[in-house]
Amino acid sequence: MAKIQLNGKKVTIKPNATIYELLEKFKLNSKKVAIEHNGTIIPKSNYKKKYLRNNDKLEVVHFIGGG
Amino acid sequence: MQKDIFKVANKRLKSRLIVGTGKYKNFKETAQAVKESGADMVTVAVRRVNILDKKKPILTDYLNPKKIIYLPNTAGCFTSEEALRTLRLAREMGGWKLVKLEVLGDKKTLYPNMIETLKSTKILVKEGFKVMVYCTDDILLTKKLEDFGASAIMPLASPIGSGLGLQNKVNLSLIIKQSKVPVIVDAGIGTASDATIAMEMGCDGVLINSAIANSKNPIKMARAFKNAVISGRDSYLAGRMKKNYFASPSSPTDGLI
Repeated sequence: MAKIQLNGKKVTIKPNATIYELLEKFKLNSKKVAIEHNGTIIPKSNYKKKYLRNNDKLEVVHFIGGG
Repeated sequence: MQKDIFKVANKRLKSRLIVGTGKYKNFKETAQAVKESGADMVTVAVRRVNILDKKKPILTDYLNPKKIIYLPNTAGCFTSEEALRTLRLAREMGGWKLVKLEVLGDKKTLYPNMIETLKSTKILVKEGFKVMVYCTDDILLTKKLEDFGASAIMPLASPIGSGLGLQNKVNLSLIIKQSKVPVIVDAGIGTASDATIAMEMGCDGVLINSAIANSKNPIKMARAFKNAVISGRDSYLAGRMKKNYFASPSSPTDGLI
């Protein structure tokens, strides 16, 4: 198992999971989010290619109400 | 009659009222208020997804980004780095190039940090963003923003969410006169008549959030702002009468009995 930081929270995921698999696990719509992996923005087209490793930091953001 | 077209960064907008989507009771109220306001552009913030609460409703379910223009903002950012990071993420989310930059300098007043704002504008424009910039009402700095390629200048009327209205009419007028890009009054408007006055002064548009969302009846207030902006714009275009120091009768004096 791999431990990653997802939006500041420690989460355990299966080893060698991709970002795409992680989004599926958390039921997140890839069209409605943007992702930063260890400080680098990952284009949507790379979600299936990007593997997550132990201690990785992932930020998943979306739009909310704001002024 | 000549058509009055409002264009920001090549986007044609039907309404000169842009509304924020924060501070509402729920998304249903947000959507209703936006609809009633007639705005075709709304500001939105970028925040972390709540991973644990999957059933939490999301904004895009209530306001379709294909039907209304989303203007991602950088609210809460205090440095250029934070703002750039936020807007780059926003662009990745749905290809948004038209964004609202706001870099704040002080937690109490939420006053814009113009040094960081100018720095960010320059970088964002270079990266192909169309940047609408929240800024102070400084005549020289707003000119600088325009020189750096800002798509719109958005000076505050008074501090964000204060509802204090237009506290800086002279500066705003000077900025309106000198700017070649749209000038949109952002922040501080308290009630509909403030928006009318801003539009009568010749502003190209106004951006309202708190004055609608924090009113007792946001849906009604959204409509009030829609009419206030239309009214102010018409009044500006019509051109007000000259002020006189003596009375002038409205009824003819000829034929007086």
